[in-house]
Amino acid sequence: MTDKTDRAENEIDSGRRDFIGVAAGMTAAVVAPGVLLHTVAAAPRSEPVTSDVRWGLLVDTAKCADGCSACVEACNDENGLNLQTPPEGEPDRKWDAQKAVWIRKVKLQDNQTGRVTNLPMMCQHCEHPPCVDVCPTGASFKRADGIVMVDRHLCIGCRYCMMACPYKARSFIHQDTTDQLTSVPRGKGCVESCNLCVHRRDYGEASTACVDACAAEGHHAIVFGDLKDPNSAINQKLKEIPSRQIREDLQLNTGVRYSGV
Amino acid sequence: MKRIVYREWRISPQRYWSILGVLAAVIGIGALAFGYMEHQGHWVTGMNNSVVWGMPHVFAVLLIISASGALNIASIGTVFQKPIYKPLGRLSGLLAVAMLMGGLLVLVTDLGRPERLIVAMTTYNFSSIFAWNIFLYTGFMAITIAYLWTMADRQGGPFNRPVGILALVWRLALTTGTGSIFGFIVARQAFDAAILGPMFVAMSFAYGLAVFLLVLMFAFTEEGRPIGPLMFRRLKNLLALFVAIVLYFTLIYHLTNLYVEENAGFESWLLLKGGIYTFLFWVGWVLIGGLAPLGILYHPELSKEPRWIAAACALVIAGGFATMYVVIIGSQAFPIQMFPGQTVLESGFFDGIDGRAAPYWPTIPEVLLGLGGVGVAMLITAVGVRVLQFMPESLADNVVPPCEETLGRAEPESAPA
Amino acid sequence: MAKVLMRASLVAVSLVWVLAAQTVLAAEVKRYVVEGSRAAELDSCVEPTERMRRMHFEFIKHQRISTVHEGIRGTKYSLAGCVECHISYEEQQPQPIDRPDQFCGACHAYAAVDLNCFDCHASVPNGGGLDAEAQAAHRAAGVEKLVQSGRNGEGH
Repeated sequence: MTDKTDRAENEIDSGRRDFIGVAAGMTAAVVAPGVLLHTVAAAPRSEPVTSDVRWGLLVDTAKCADGCSACVEACNDENGLNLQTPPEGEPDRKWDAQKAVWIRKVKLQDNQTGRVTNLPMMCQHCEHPPCVDVCPTGASFKRADGIVMVDRHLCIGCRYCMMACPYKARSFIHQDTTDQLTSVPRGKGCVESCNLCVHRRDYGEASTACVDACAAEGHHAIVFGDLKDPNSAINQKLKEIPSRQIREDLQLNTGVRYSGV
Repeated sequence: MKRIVYREWRISPQRYWSILGVLAAVIGIGALAFGYMEHQGHWVTGMNNSVVWGMPHVFAVLLIISASGALNIASIGTVFQKPIYKPLGRLSGLLAVAMLMGGLLVLVTDLGRPERLIVAMTTYNFSSIFAWNIFLYTGFMAITIAYLWTMADRQGGPFNRPVGILALVWRLALTTGTGSIFGFIVARQAFDAAILGPMFVAMSFAYGLAVFLLVLMFAFTEEGRPIGPLMFRRLKNLLALFVAIVLYFTLIYHLTNLYVEENAGFESWLLLKGGIYTFLFWVGWVLIGGLAPLGILYHPELSKEPRWIAAACALVIAGGFATMYVVIIGSQAFPIQMFPGQTVLESGFFDGIDGRAAPYWPTIPEVLLGLGGVGVAMLITAVGVRVLQFMPESLADNVVPPCEETLGRAEPESAPA
Repeated sequence: MAKVLMRASLVAVSLVWVLAAQTVLAAEVKRYVVEGSRAAELDSCVEPTERMRRMHFEFIKHQRISTVHEGIRGTKYSLAGCVECHISYEEQQPQPIDRPDQFCGACHAYAAVDLNCFDCHASVPNGGGLDAEAQAAHRAAGVEKLVQSGRNGEGH
């Protein structure tokens, strides 16, 4: 096991390289091997994530369109949530309350002014996450790069994190799962939530599924980026437009910011 | 006053085994419910992503706080040195261990991955109150067993008081910890209140004593052991006091919430328009669990009748159940206020559209699982009193130690015949 | 009497257990690599076969910590890698690897070791909703961008 840390590229023989290609580019198996090897040789992360970056999102609610759910569909697609099927014999109403939802659209109306706002809600990736504080086993944790997620190997399914989350961002998997995606393992009895497309982060991709989908619709309401990089797109935008955190009173310093709420 | 003699529970074998049989059946059904829930997943329960803790937690928390409350009787005897409570100490300790076991079992069997319990036992996150509670619960069990030993064994005598004090401190920490599981949750309006800790302590006193009294009365009448009016008077007065304290905390809790405008929405929902939760609050928590037993226990005539005292205990427990339902489930059903001053028109995840509460309706398996836990607690108690000397032979007035309340006063009913 | 019986049966059970374990070790080592899978064409896995047989869970277990908590995906121990290489196809359909006639499932059934990786992990190579080409293009674009900006995704 000493060679667990043995990650030097040059030592890897052809068999190993093949295996690595397999390991990393698990989703791109059909692509020509040359492209595959090239892509993964550069992409998958081989060093631990550090706190030099902090991933975050900025939602410009002015651009978030009423009736559009592109981000939700993209998230479901990316993370295999659209493969969930209601257990046999379960009524729809109950299933709606029990199925996993990582991102949702919320439509608000101001009680005084009547102004209507649309926005996506998801895990806010707090700097001081209550879900991490309450988790008895440490399954709920914050990665060095600011992503709050669940280690499903440790989660015992007590659901205390769901009690503690002020954003109702987490879901419990109530039924057996089949057809999971390779990049998003998920199974009965554990809690899960938005992880800022962590597999995309580890393969060095530029953004998240929801951001891409929103851009593809032409709305560009969500910006993804590194909150610690002063030159990142998200920081430029944060300097430009007023924004706030939801439930600022809790002082959780969320990684997801909203403009126009 | 005579020497207190403890004796095993010697009801007829037929009677005893039929009691055990019924309890075993209840536990068996609970076990089946557990298997069903774990095999199918939690979709067969009423719990969902909004109301994440349901009926099993109502049972579990009720059992756990009753457990720490039951130990109170022993504490009053040893720590506060009221001799009249001393003969009750052993049964009180046994009940505490039994109910804690039952409660924990329900809690553990409701986990999404109960087979990973070993993870919970080996991987700790010490900023979690849950993780602390694992130590509080196991420690409570160990201390109570040690406490029982000091009460029952001659060699343990000298340690009786120190262990008793430790047990008292520990049980206070335990109930505060249980209350804090809810009280430290800033996310939910109903929970974000430090008063939940002490309120849970008060509730544990009341529910624990009510359970203790019921068990004591049942066990004694089954075998024809006497309980004197003096003992009844003491215990029912104590119960009335505890019930009144619970009502007091309830009042303060809601007054504080009403005063803070932020929580006005929650209060008007719970107190007026919360449907089942409003009903359970007023009828269950306040009336059945509070005012009705108080009325019985302070009634000049009824309060002398053992039957009525038993009825009052049952009411307190039923009220406690309603209380837990409102505290645990009602507080989750009320939508989290993420956007103050705004109304949610549409949401993909039950964010309280137009302020509506989240759906929850318990299903049969979760109720059976909870009852299974109660069964376990009762089975441990029944076996304990049968095989070991937990209960005094008699609690008649001429046997129990003098009651300092009536010392110096000539009280006709407490005078030995 | 009951106690003696209990003890005797405990001893018996443990004896049987020890013997059974011995037989597993002594028995002719079967080969569970499924014909037609990519693994069948290779001389050995990422470690010599003997080592893999004994240690594969240790490897995966360590890997899971560094992958989940540190984001390291570029190492040779990977459950997705196991599945990718050991999967076999019938009529071009990948067969779930935990099935009792497949690589993981068969050996675990033989050794009577509970296999629950695939409660959560995909038991067949399973990409995502996007088609593979789009994903590859995506990935390539992402990497390109990172290369241009002089960052390699390691958080400088």
